Amino acid sequence: MSSDYEVVVGLEVHAELKTESKIFCGCSTAFGAEPNTQVCPICAGFPGMLPVLNRQVVELAIRTGLALNCEIADYCKFDRKNYFYPDLPKAYQNSQYDLPICKQGYLEIDADGHRKKVRINRAHMEEDAGKLVHQGSITTSAYTLVDLNRSGVPLLEIVSEPDLRSPGEARAYMEKLRAILLFTGVSDGKMEEGSLRCDANVSVRPRGEKALGTRAEIKNLNSFRALEKAIEYEAGRQIAALEDGEKLVQETRTWDEEKQVTRSMRSKEEANDYRYFPDPDLPPLRISREWVEEVRASLPEMPDQAQQRLVSDYGLPEYDAGLLTLTPDHLNFFDQAVALCQDAKAVSNWMMGDMTRLLNQNNMEISACRFTPAQLARMLQLIAAGTISGKMAKSIFEEMFDSGEDPERIIKEKGMAQISNEDELGKIIEEIIQAHPGVVQDYHSGKEKAFGFFVGQVMKATRGQANPAIVNRLLKERLNREGA
Amino acid sequence: MELYELTVHQLVNLLDKGEINPREIVDSFLNRIQAVESKVKAFLTLDEDRAREEANQACRQAGGLLRGIPYGLKDLFCTRGMRTTCASRMLEDFVPPYDATVVNRLSQAGGVLVGKLNMDEFAMGSSTEHSAFFATHNPWDLQRVPGGSSGGSAAAVAAGEVPFSLGSDTGGSIRQPASFCGVVGLRPTYGRVSRWGVVAFASSLDQVGVLSKDVRDSALVMNLIAGYDPLDSTSVNLEVPDYTVFLDKGIKGMKIAYPREHFGPGIQEDVKETVSEALKWFEENGAVVEEVSLPHSEYALPAYYLVATAEASTNLARFDGVRFGLRDEGAENIIELFSQSRANGFGAEVKRRIMLGTYALSSGYYDAYYLKALKVRRLIWEDFQKVFGDYDLIVSPTTPTTAFKLGEKLGDPLTEYMTDILTVPVNMAGLPGISIPCGFAGGLPVGMQIIGKAFAEGTILQAAHAFEQGKGLRNQKPPLGVN
Repeated sequence: MSSDYEVVVGLEVHAELKTESKIFCGCSTAFGAEPNTQVCPICAGFPGMLPVLNRQVVELAIRTGLALNCEIADYCKFDRKNYFYPDLPKAYQNSQYDLPICKQGYLEIDADGHRKKVRINRAHMEEDAGKLVHQGSITTSAYTLVDLNRSGVPLLEIVSEPDLRSPGEARAYMEKLRAILLFTGVSDGKMEEGSLRCDANVSVRPRGEKALGTRAEIKNLNSFRALEKAIEYEAGRQIAALEDGEKLVQETRTWDEEKQVTRSMRSKEEANDYRYFPDPDLPPLRISREWVEEVRASLPEMPDQAQQRLVSDYGLPEYDAGLLTLTPDHLNFFDQAVALCQDAKAVSNWMMGDMTRLLNQNNMEISACRFTPAQLARMLQLIAAGTISGKMAKSIFEEMFDSGEDPERIIKEKGMAQISNEDELGKIIEEIIQAHPGVVQDYHSGKEKAFGFFVGQVMKATRGQANPAIVNRLLKERLNREGA
Repeated sequence: MELYELTVHQLVNLLDKGEINPREIVDSFLNRIQAVESKVKAFLTLDEDRAREEANQACRQAGGLLRGIPYGLKDLFCTRGMRTTCASRMLEDFVPPYDATVVNRLSQAGGVLVGKLNMDEFAMGSSTEHSAFFATHNPWDLQRVPGGSSGGSAAAVAAGEVPFSLGSDTGGSIRQPASFCGVVGLRPTYGRVSRWGVVAFASSLDQVGVLSKDVRDSALVMNLIAGYDPLDSTSVNLEVPDYTVFLDKGIKGMKIAYPREHFGPGIQEDVKETVSEALKWFEENGAVVEEVSLPHSEYALPAYYLVATAEASTNLARFDGVRFGLRDEGAENIIELFSQSRANGFGAEVKRRIMLGTYALSSGYYDAYYLKALKVRRLIWEDFQKVFGDYDLIVSPTTPTTAFKLGEKLGDPLTEYMTDILTVPVNMAGLPGISIPCGFAGGLPVGMQIIGKAFAEGTILQAAHAFEQGKGLRNQKPPLGVN
C-alpha cells in the first residue's frame, strides 16, 4: 500500500441482542430453527398488528452503551425506515434515526504496537429483517423463498467514528468490541451465524490531508479475516484509482470472499430515500437515571480491566493478557486454573500454546473444551512436583484434550509416572556404569559427550520416565566418586 | 314494535325480564336485513349461519351484557375466520387468523357478530363511495351517501339492521356518517380503546368508536370496549368509569363553548340554524353557553391531510403481494410483483393518498410538509387546551352540510375532503367527540358535535343524553325511500 496515502475506516456493527423473545412480539429468537417456525402475525407484518417493545432489549442496549462509555439518552424514540424488500414484512424497519439510545462513547484498542482510543458515534436499537433463500445461486434460482424466523430479532447497531487507520486497527476494534459484547453478555457475537455483522466505511486521503476522501461502504464481511482483507483490498483499489487520475464515487460495495475483491453494488444516486419518521405505534421512551445506574451496578469486569488485572496481579505480559481477555470463557478458564495452581505464567503458556493450537485444529470454542481448568491445574502441579516431565506433559495434555480424562489417570494408564526414587535410579546407574568402563574413562579424560551418553542410557532403561534432574545429580556424584 | 326497532338497553331489559330470548332477537334483525339490505347495501359480508349459531349458544348459557344481541363491524376490524377486506380488492379474500381486541371483548360479552360493514377503501373517504365493491345508500334518502368512511356502520344502525356497530374515526369517519344517517357516533379519546387488530389508516389519529341508536347504548358499548390493552402500546392505562353513571346527571351549570370558526362561511345555513337551536336549548336548561375562538382551525384540514397520508403511506406499504392479499401472478420479478400487486389492489383514492404521504415524507420535503404539519397539530391542541381551561365542552355542527347525493363529489376530492373540516381538529388534538342527531334540514338529519377534554367521554355522554332526552330525538326511523 502506498505510504503517501492514509486509510480511513469507520465500522457499523450490528449485534444481535441475546433476548429470549423478539423485539416487538413473543416469538423465540433461537438460531437454526426450521424456516418460518418462529413467526407470528406481528413479526410477519399482518394487517392490524401492533408492536410492543421488549424491555429486555432496552436493558441490553443500556448495558452495551455503558460498557462502551456512551451517554445513555433520557429520551429516545423509534422511527420507521421505509423501503420495499421481500424480507421486510412491514416494508419498514423499526429503527432509531435522530434520537438513538446511546451516544458518544469510545473503546480502546491495542494495534500496530500502540494503544488507541476509537470514538463511538452512536448505538441504536432496531429490528432485524427476515432472510431470503434461493435454490442454488441468486442469479439462477427460479424463485425466492422467504424465512421470517429472523424478522424482529433485536439488533444493536454500533457506529464508530472514522478513527481507524489500518486493516489491523479495524480488526482490533472488532475484536475488542466483540470481547465487550461477550463480557457484558448482551450478544453471543458469532460472526459466522450472523449474530455479529459488520459493514466498513473505507476511504483514503493523501497523508496530511484533513478532509475525508470519498468513501465506499463494504458489506458482507463475515469474519475478522474478511474485514482485514476487504479493507486492504479496497484501500489499494482506491489508491490505484486516484493515482490513475480517476474520480471515486460514493457507493456501496460487497466483499467477494471467493475472489477476494470488493465489487460495486449501487451508487449513492441509486440509494433509497428511507423517509424516516417517528413510528406512531411506539410511544417515545423515557429512560430513568435509576434504571441506568441499576444497570451500571450490574456490569461485570470489562476486558480492559481484566487485562490490567492479569498484568498487575500475575505479571503477565500485555500481549498474553490481551489474548486471555478476548472472551470471558478464556478469562474464566484462566482464573479458575490459576486459583488452583498459582503458576499464572504456566497456565497462560499452556492456554495460548497447546490449547489454542488444538482448539483451532479441531475448530472448537473454548466453551466446548473437554477438560476443566482444575485438570489443567493438576497437570501443572504434577510437573512442578516432578511426577512428570514437561515433555511427558505435552502428550498427557493432548490426551486430556481428546478424552477429558484426569491427568493422574492418564499417567497411570500409560505408566507414565516419572521415576524419582533415588535408590531405584542409583541401581540402574550402577549397572550402566559397570557395563561401560570405556565411557567412564572418556568421561574422566574430559569428554563432555560421555556424560550425555550415560543420561541417555538411563532414560532408555526407564523408557524416559526417569526424573532428569535426579539422574543428573546422581550420575555426577557416582562418576566423581569413581574418579576419586 | 318489532325487536329490530329497539335499542341495546331496551333489548337487555327484555332479556333480563325473560320476555324474549337471543334467538328471537337475532331472527328479528336477520329478517330486517333480508327486507332492507338490497336498498341500503351496508354489508360486505353477512354470516347468518354464524349469527344463528351464536344466538343458539347464547340461549343455552347465561352470558354477558350483550348475550344474543347482534352487532356489525366496519370491515377493518380483523375477525378470525371471517374475511376482512377494508373494502379493498387488495384484501378481498383475506381471512385473518386473529380477532381484534375489541372484537374479543364484544364476544366475551355475548355479542353476536352478524357481518362486516361497507366503508371507504382503507377508511379513506367521506362517502363510502370509495369502497372497491359498491356504494352504501343513506336510509334517509337512498339517493344520498351515508357519509364515510364508516358509512356502512352508520347506515346499518339507521336502517335497523343492527342495534349498534363499531367504526373507526381518523378524521371524522364515525361522527360524519353518524350525522348524515341520524344516529349517535362516538369517537373516544386517542388511546382509550385498543387499536390492536384494527387495520391502520393513520396510527396517530385512528380511534375505534361506537355507532348506536341512542346515547345510552353508546355508553353501554363503551363500558365494554374501552380500556388498556397491553398489545397496543398507544392505549392508555387509565381506569375506565361506568359511563352510564353520567347519563342522568343533567347539564345545569355546565360551561359550553361554541367556536365562531365552526359557524362561519361554508356551513349550510339550515345546518347552522339547527345547531344554534340546540345551543339555545342548552342555555335554556341551565348551561352557560359562550362563543370562543379556535384560531388555528383553518389549518387543521391541510395539516391533517399531510399527517394522515404520511402515516398511511407507510402503514399500507405492507400490502406488497408477498405474504397475504392480492398478488399479481404474472409478475416477472420482485419489482413487478410489488408494483403490479399494488396497482391492481388499491383504488384511486388510496393511491392518491399514498402518493401524497410519500411525497410529504420525502427527503427535501419532510421539513416543509410533515414537520410543519406536526407543528400545526401542536397549535391546534393548544387552542383546545386554552378553551378547556374555561369550558367543559365545545359544541359545533358535525358537518358543514347534510348528506350529499351519490356521485356528487366523486372526481372532486378537495370538495369531499372539506366535509371533514369540523371533525378533523378533534383527531389532530386526540380528543373525544360525539355526533348526535339535533334536528332535520330539508328532511335530512343534522348532527351536532360535542367535543370534550381528553378522557372526558363521560361528560360528553352526560350532555348528549340530556339533550337527546330533552328534545326527544332518539332512535329516529328513516323512511328508506327516495326524498
